[in-house]
Amino acid sequence: MINKKVANVQDALKGVSDNMTLMLGGFGLSGIPENAISELINIGAKGLTCISNNAGVDDFGLGLLLQKKQIKKMVSSYVGENDEFERQMLSGELDVELIPQGTLAERCRAAQAGFPAVYTPAGYGTEVAEGKETRDFDGKMYVLEHAFKADFAFIKAWKGDTAGNLIFKGTSRNFNPNMCGAAKITVAEVEELVPLGTLDPNQIHIPGIFVQRVFQGAHYEKRIEQRTVRPKS
Amino acid sequence: MLDKTGIAKRIAKEVKDGYYVNLGIGIPTLVANYVRNDIEVEFQSENGVLGMGPFPFEGEEDADLINAGKQTITTLPGASFFDSAMSFSMIRGKHVDLTILGAMEVAENGDIANWKIPGKMVKGMGGAMDLVASAENIIVAMMHTNKKGESKLLKQCVLPLTGVGCVKKIVTNMAVLEVTDKGFKLLERAPGVSIEDIKKATEGTLIIEGDIPEMVL
Repeated sequence: MINKKVANVQDALKGVSDNMTLMLGGFGLSGIPENAISELINIGAKGLTCISNNAGVDDFGLGLLLQKKQIKKMVSSYVGENDEFERQMLSGELDVELIPQGTLAERCRAAQAGFPAVYTPAGYGTEVAEGKETRDFDGKMYVLEHAFKADFAFIKAWKGDTAGNLIFKGTSRNFNPNMCGAAKITVAEVEELVPLGTLDPNQIHIPGIFVQRVFQGAHYEKRIEQRTVRPKS
Repeated sequence: MLDKTGIAKRIAKEVKDGYYVNLGIGIPTLVANYVRNDIEVEFQSENGVLGMGPFPFEGEEDADLINAGKQTITTLPGASFFDSAMSFSMIRGKHVDLTILGAMEVAENGDIANWKIPGKMVKGMGGAMDLVASAENIIVAMMHTNKKGESKLLKQCVLPLTGVGCVKKIVTNMAVLEVTDKGFKLLERAPGVSIEDIKKATEGTLIIEGDIPEMVL
């Protein structure tokens, strides 16, 4: 089997430089590539364009990169719950492109699957469609949305093997599988990296062909954004 | 006049046996609490779960198990997880039977605005534009008027649109209305609310035909 394992996060992020476009998996703080984000801070790469559904919170997730002013542009569907983000956006330091969540997923998937663009009904008749090609199919209007082009995709999975096969857990799956293979280099970090033959091929969510580098993350905080419980009684 | 819980209770009656339902944030989330328990319904959350259950007991929260509002959740037997592209395939592909969401404004032609107020910090549309562009059956849950007392049921939306001509039904604290070719058709009144009250609170064209019954909650 082709070996995708790299020793550590430093090796995993080799080649990342200023002004690159990065995809980062996760929804809210669930399923974000925590170790890759920490290493991006260590590297100090600036002028980054980040494609990610959300922008983290002030002191976690992509919020950490915002604090260091490493991000030039965010491409997201929802960016609330982050004061530093708001400050940089309103002051014009940060460029923000807001796009519908399903369109974000599909622009990743199109890049992964080799489609240059897709037609979606989402956003037709709204400011999201301004300047974009539209077309009538069977009496309904659609907007042409182009596949993303990115340098790196940073993925968080639950388990992976050295061939780069990945399994996700719960709703931390979200955008992660759609971003695999959607950038020039896909880097997957996993909570548990297991030897070849350990994972059941029937249960693989993403085959290793979509992944160039895989490593086991040194530490996961897995912070909960909205802890919502019901009383035991 | 209904409160938010009342609106949720009335909308719960629109949820039918065998439905897959997507609930938006706010009043729509409350609907799950009032669906009859003798019918089978599955709740979808667009971050990637079908078969959502109640909130977890304290101490049983899982960072890998949240809903689209980023709240911790549980799953019911038979639940499934999937990626974001598949989630929106369910939505865009019209496999979800009913979408319930909030709104800032609805126009008499079914246009909806619920994501952006010019001059204020824009948080983004999340999945709302995908949901409203595709769902065949959309119910809006909202107050009839805004905090200034101005109607939210308009001839034309003033705020930036989320989707065009997509809303079918609206349940407010005052009334149940259907969007028709000719405007908002009044179907039911909230308890203690008169037709005159509803007329005053509705800027868009209001169609009143025959007796308008009071809601049964």
